[in-house]
Parts: sequence; C-alpha cells; structure tokens
Amino acid sequence: MSHSFWSLVFGRLDFDSLDFLKAFFHPDLNDVILSGASWVVILGAVVTAALLTWFRLWVPLWSKWLISVDHKRIGVMYIVLALIMLARGVLEGVVMRAQQADGLHGGFVSADHFAQLFSTHGTIMIFFMAMPFLTGLINIVVPLQIGARDVSFPMLNSLSLGLTVSGAMLVMISLVIGDFSTGGWTAYPPYTEPDFQPGAGVDYWIWAVTIAGLGSTLTGINFVVTILKERAPGMTLLRMPIFTWNALCTSLLLVFAMPPLTVAGLMLAADRYLGFHFFTNTLGGNMMNYANLFWQFGHPEVYILILPAFGVYGEVIATFSGKRLYGYVTLVIATMAIGFLSFGVWLHHFFTMGQDADVNAVFGIATMLIGIPTGVKVYDWMATMFRGRIRFSVPMVYALAFMVLFVLGGLTGILLANPTVDFQVHNTLFLVAHFHNMLIPGTLFGMLAGYTYWFPKVFGFRLNDRWGYIAAFSWIIGYFLAFMPLYAVGLMGMTRRTVSYTNSAFEPWFLVAGAGAFFVTVALVSLCVQLYVSIRDRELTRDIGGDPWNARTLEWATPSPVPAYNFPVMPHIHALDAFAVAKEAGFGYQEPTSYSDIHLPGNTWAGVIAAVFGTALGFGLVWHMWWLAWLSLAVLAVSLIARALLGDRHPVKIPATEVRRQYRAWLEKVRAVTPVTRALEWDHRNCGVAATEYFEEAAE
Amino acid sequence: MLTGCSDKSQSFLTPDGPVSALEHYHLWLITLITLIVVAPVVVGVPLLAWRYRYGNTRARYAPNWDFSTALEWPMWLVPVAIVAVLSVYLWIYTHELDPYRPIAADKPPLRVQVVGLDWKWLFIYPDYHIATVGELAFPQDRPVSMELTTDTVMQSFMIPALGGQIYAMPGMVTRLNLEADRTGEFEGMNTQYNGDGFHAQHFQAVAITPQDFDRWVKTVQHNGAALNPTSYGILARSSTPAEVHNQFGDAAMPKDITFFNDVASRLFAGIVMRYHGDRAVSPAEEPGTVAYNAKLASK
Repeated sequence: MSHSFWSLVFGRLDFDSLDFLKAFFHPDLNDVILSGASWVVILGAVVTAALLTWFRLWVPLWSKWLISVDHKRIGVMYIVLALIMLARGVLEGVVMRAQQADGLHGGFVSADHFAQLFSTHGTIMIFFMAMPFLTGLINIVVPLQIGARDVSFPMLNSLSLGLTVSGAMLVMISLVIGDFSTGGWTAYPPYTEPDFQPGAGVDYWIWAVTIAGLGSTLTGINFVVTILKERAPGMTLLRMPIFTWNALCTSLLLVFAMPPLTVAGLMLAADRYLGFHFFTNTLGGNMMNYANLFWQFGHPEVYILILPAFGVYGEVIATFSGKRLYGYVTLVIATMAIGFLSFGVWLHHFFTMGQDADVNAVFGIATMLIGIPTGVKVYDWMATMFRGRIRFSVPMVYALAFMVLFVLGGLTGILLANPTVDFQVHNTLFLVAHFHNMLIPGTLFGMLAGYTYWFPKVFGFRLNDRWGYIAAFSWIIGYFLAFMPLYAVGLMGMTRRTVSYTNSAFEPWFLVAGAGAFFVTVALVSLCVQLYVSIRDRELTRDIGGDPWNARTLEWATPSPVPAYNFPVMPHIHALDAFAVAKEAGFGYQEPTSYSDIHLPGNTWAGVIAAVFGTALGFGLVWHMWWLAWLSLAVLAVSLIARALLGDRHPVKIPATEVRRQYRAWLEKVRAVTPVTRALEWDHRNCGVAATEYFEEAAE
Repeated sequence: MLTGCSDKSQSFLTPDGPVSALEHYHLWLITLITLIVVAPVVVGVPLLAWRYRYGNTRARYAPNWDFSTALEWPMWLVPVAIVAVLSVYLWIYTHELDPYRPIAADKPPLRVQVVGLDWKWLFIYPDYHIATVGELAFPQDRPVSMELTTDTVMQSFMIPALGGQIYAMPGMVTRLNLEADRTGEFEGMNTQYNGDGFHAQHFQAVAITPQDFDRWVKTVQHNGAALNPTSYGILARSSTPAEVHNQFGDAAMPKDITFFNDVASRLFAGIVMRYHGDRAVSPAEEPGTVAYNAKLASK
C-alpha cells in the first residue's frame, strides 16, 4: 500500500500509535501500565458485547434504552456513563498517588505518562464523570418533581446524551490509539499549540470537550425551558422542590458558561488546524485571552458541579431529618445569588498573571462574597436538622460528612481568594487539595447520595445498605487521608502536576495520601459490589409503594419504577412539599376522578447517530482523516435537518383505560402493603409505604 | 512543624523575607477569622446529628418548624461581617504585597532579569553582564527587583520562602520584588507545568553578605562560559539545569549550576521583542518547540 494512499485513508495514524502493542516492544513497568489500560478498555468492550449477545439483550438495549426519549432512561444512561468514567478516573488517581508515594525515589511512571494521567483524570472527572452524573440526576428527578410528562425537548435530550457519549468515547479511544494531551484539564496554550505539542493528544482534548460541551449547552437550554414551562398546574416557582431550584440555576449556568469553553476550544483548534494565531507566542497571539475565556467558563462550571449536589443535600437532609426544609426561600435566594456571583470571579484563577493590585483585590473580594450565601446554606441545613428525627441512612451519612468536610474546603477557598495567599499556594498541591475538597465531599458525595436516594424510584428496589455504608465510609476515610496531606505539602511548596520530588520532608505525607488512595479503591469496589448484591437481593428491598424514605416531594407519589408517562393525570399542586402535605392529611394515594389519553413522544435515533458520528467526527479530526470528518459532519447535519422536517413520526398514545388499569393495579398493591415506621426503614418490611408517626413533644 | 529541621528553607511557613513573612501572617489571620464561621459547623453538625437522632425520643421534635427571623439575622450577618473584615485586610495586604511594588529600603535594589526556558530559569544580572542557571545569588537585606519573561511557553516563578509567584510569559514582562532578611539557601522553582522536565525546574536562591556577593560576582565574571547568540541558542533548547551544567559548566562551578559572562546588555529586551515582529517567529527559531529541539539535535 502506498504511503499517500495510507495517509489519505488513515491520516496520521500509524502502528506506533497503537498503545496496546507497546508493552510487547518496550516491556517496562510504565508501558505495561499503559498497554494494560488499553487492554482493559478493549476487553471491557468485548466482554460487554459478548454478554449482551449471550443474554440476547441487544434488541431490548436498542429499543428500550438507546433510542428512548424517556427522561428517566436517558438519566440512567448518563449515570451509567458517569460510573464507568468514575472507575477510570479513580484508578488514574490511584496510580498518581502511588507514583507520588514513591516520588522521592523517582517512582515507576514516566514524566510523559504522568502528565497524560493528570490530564485525562481532570478531564474525565469534570466532563465525563461529574457532568453526566449531575445531568443524569437532573434528568431523572426534575420532570418528576415538577409534575411533567417529560422534558420540553425529548429528542434534543437524546441528542445531548449522544454528544456527551461522543466526548467520553474519544477520551476512551485515546487510551487505545495514540496519546492524550499532557496540558492538564485546562489545556493552557501556548504549551498546547501545535509547535509545542504536535501530536494527537491536545486534539483529543479539544474535540472531546467541545463536542460534549455542545451537549451540555443543549441540556442547559432543555432544562431551563422544561422548568419554566412544564410545571404542573399550581406549582408556582416558590413551590418547586429545592433540587429543582438548584437544577434551574445549574441549567442557566450551563447556557451561559458553556459557550466560552466552546469558543476557547474552537479558537485553539483554529490555531492548531488552520494556522491561526489566537494564543501563539508570535503575531499578536496571547494566551491571556485563553485564560480569561477558559475561566469565564471554568468558574461558573464549579457551581454547575456543586449546585445539583446542594439540591440533593437539601432533599436528603429534610427527608432524613423528618422535617420541612429550614429557610426554603433563603436557600432559593442563596442559590440564585451564587449563580449570579459565579460569573464575576473568574480572574481569581490567575491572580499571578501580573494585573495590578486593584484588579486583584476587587476579584478577591467578589470571590469571598460567594462564601456568604454558601455559608448561609450550610446553616440552613443545620437548622433543618435541629429538632428533627434524624435517620443515618446512607444518603444522610454522605450529607453529614459533606457538611463537616465542605466547610474546611470553604476555609481554604477563602484563603485562595486572597491574592496574597494565592501567590504562595497557586499551582501547588494546596490548590489541588482545595478543589478535591469541594468536588469529592461536595459534588461526588452529593451525586452518590442522590444515586442511593433515587435508585428505588427508578428501579423499584432499594440499594443494599451494608455495602452502601462500607462504600460511604471508605469514601470519607479515603478522601480524608488522600487529600488532607496535600494541603500540608502544598503549603510546604510542592507544586502540582509533579512526577517526582527531592525534598524528603514530603514523603511521609505522600505515603499517607497513598493509603488514602487505597481506601478510595475500596470505596469504588464497594460500589460495584453494592450494585451486584442489590440486584441479586432485589426481592428483599422492593419499593412497591414508591415512597421508601417517607419523603416530601412529588416524585415519591408515583409508582416505582415510574411508568413512562410519570403521572396518570396531571397533578394539581397546592403547597410546597405537596406529597408530604397530602400524606399528613391522609390523601397520599388518591385515585383521580377521571383519566384521559396520554400522548408521549416517539423514540428517536438522534442520540445514537450523535454518539456514533460525533465520535467519528472527533476521531477523524484528531487523526486528520478528513474524509471521515466530512462524512460524519454530513451525516449529522442531514439527519438533524431530516428529523426537523419530518417531525416526530411515531408518537405514542396510551389510552385512558390502560392508564386507569395500571394505576388502579398499583393502588391495589399499595393498599396491600403494611405501612412501616422509620424504625424499619432499612428492613425488608419497608415496601415503600410510610406510616404516619407522631412523636410526643418532649421538653428539651 | 511542617518543614522538618532542614536548614534549607522550602516554604513560606518558615518565612525568610518581609514579603513571605506578611503572606504567612495573613494566612493565619484569615484562617483564625474564618474559623469563627467554620468551627460552629464542624462542631455543630455532629452534635445536632447525635442530639436529634431518630432513637432519641427525649429530644424535642418540631417537624413543621421551618423558619425563624431571629435565627436568620445571625446566619446572614455573621458571614457578612466576617467577609467585610476579611475584605479590609485583603485590600490592604493585596496592595502592600503587590509583587510589582518596590520594597522600601535604604539601598537601591539589585536588578535581575529572569528568562524562563524549558526546563530552567536564566538569571541575567544586567549591571554585571553575567548570568546564571540553577542559582540566583543576591545580598541579604537588599531588595531584589526582577523583570520576568519566557522564551518558550508560559511559566510561573516562585521562591516560596521569600515571596509569592508571578507568571512569566513570552513577549511580555512581569515584575517581582523580593528580599531576604538572612543569609541562606531557599528553594526556587517553576510552578506551571511545561513538559517532561518540569519537575526538575528548580534552582537555589542564595542570600549572602554584600562582601560575599561582590566576590561571587567576580567569580562568575572570571569563571563563566560566554553567553553569545550561539551559546544562548544551545542553552534555550529543552534541558534541565543539570544538563546545562554538563554542557557549559566546568569543575569550578558548583554542581548543577552554570555561570555565564559577557552577557549582552540587550539580551533580555531582545528576547521580549522577538515576539513582536510583524512576521511569525518560525518554530525552528522558537525555543521549546519540537522543531527547535530537533534542529539542535541534528547539529
């Protein structure tokens, strides 16, 4: 085969790019790890395909899941993606901790490999773990909380998922074919300009983040519209559950914060592909513009990551304290204040760029202002616990650990907001410890609390408690051991992204952090075991009534698993915490007086097409396989335009009689269930119907 | 506590100059003030959780209590007051510790021009026509006034024991003013990742007596390699301080440290201005690029 023909078809892809072969040619530990990781991806894909074939699951997977527009199924697919990426992200973190535990002696990973590890770890955890996880939860929960049939734009929802999957696929493919960027998750130029990094790595980063970022923008638009337009009659804005408020604020942030990232990514791409000079050293290029653009996305992004978790904590703390949420209006104001302020602080990510003290001081003070509504939120959650009846269920364990650990991260955040201190700890492991402090106890614990809390609503059975506790405590201990030492070494002057060091005073701290990584690994394994055990023992934790936690909001008034149409008739909302109020009044499970036909949107191939051809588009661009890029772009454009012209050709109609039959059957089952008090919350007798409990008002 | 008992100072936890001392003070000041709002949470959450646990039927239960104006005031006002106080300190210290602000002293500052290269810093002493790699020597109790740029990707310069960091960027000049109030060795580094040799981009900042400094300058003037366009071209390729020493150093220079003399007075300005031409600097002429390193390797 001639060279020119090869490059026409495969672009710049060659045999040296195939990572999974490297260990055979260079059998040292570094390359064995690299190739081993590729083989895990390859074998994982093969085994999954084999199992699907063996159990004849391809057809149900396709018809019930991949082409579904049901917001709950799309949400579940987001979370499956998040959990897969979580596994990879955690394992990369563990390798980095192990490397630095041995870093005084050089460790076992090469500098280049280490750089790829911190770049993929950051990119994956932010864009392909946290974002899909919170998007998944929002998808599952919001339409149920506001009493809607589905989101405003179900096809767009599927498309967003497809685009997100494309980005994740590109990052996974980079493990098998070629290298990933070494420029960190922020990809600062000029280091990421082609003269310095000519390989495929930075291009993988650009297209993964840009394609997935488009999906996130569309998700933001979808949920802003859904929350503002699809609420059930009577659900005024101030009757929306607190999670929905946080989802609304998150969606607004997505709409306004993702475009700067897309623009920054495309401008970097223009530099790399078309010889532009936006961020180069010469011809007027300036990386300071990139830093500004990136963090105009990047700072609101951290609130995109944390606000949904705040929403989960609001629901979880109120539910497991057996109380109304304290200061609902205050929390709403605080949430929106955080969202608003988040756009005015981006400069604190580069106090060290040489602007004058006035500018730094203004942005420093603006940053500290965010601490006020955030602090108020924490106090409101504490006041929610005050005079409650607190059950230490798994989601509540996460919430309690979050409150204690999160304020420590708040303290270090205030420190970082001060330019004087930031000059010292910027770019050190102190900063790394700070944002892991916010993102693990904050975002990840929140997501895992939400996962545990809403799992029965989606699948109809509860997750196993024992393994849930093991996972939660492993996360808490692992987080504490792995990241508290990084505060110390950061203050001692240990830079981030550093493969090895010569200061022996760092070593004991890194050994402790390495032990933390072990606990985090245990936590990850426990989550897998929990899922297996929970599915195996699902008959013991059936959630027949749909309300296993004696919860307060509308989604718990539906059967578990929720039918595709969510509600048999549109609910009318008369109060905040509508379901709790109805239960108190004894009207928790009322049959509607009349039913009508329900119309649901038909399935769509949009998501699958976006996932397959989005990935192909990115892959073609990364490897300069121009025919593939153009072909994929054409397929995406033509299919979208065709869908727009044809409309939804297969809408589904569910006749009123069928809805009535299903709903009556469920009510029948609910009446057969014995309501349980909260003392039996963990017991197999908890079938999802809560008994009303009255406690005598004892004196303090 | 954190730095052990090593004589060499690594961090601002044991500050050795006026800038780092004030940064260190500000760190603990903020921490103490912020603890006023943080400590109640750390202590209060476990106490509330235990007191109001499900099994404790003696504690009062108020399921419908969801607001209290009396509680709302301190919830908002205490954090507001804390942030107000912190803001005043922030404003004052941010201005006082502005890296661009000259340090008041009776002696004129020592001028140093810092050029970031992959994976080392080049320190040019324009008043003495010397330059060093791997070591930044200066007299104690005399301010050092630095101008920084890079001749490759962005870097960030820091000597933690003396003061905070500042970015160095190609085609641009940033400033940093530091001072050491004792003699000693202080670890210095780049904190901004710039490739495989990043972890090796460290140097010694050495504060010595004025007499020793004069002697040191003479040593470098007599004992250095000439820094001309050719040797700068080789110096600028991606290499660690140890590799630079192997290339240019001799037995008279300390380990991993290289001295240069005959430094042209326009060197720093030339490095900054070369990125401002109306034609692109070709990759083969741009240190840090793959093409630049390949060109030098082939020679």
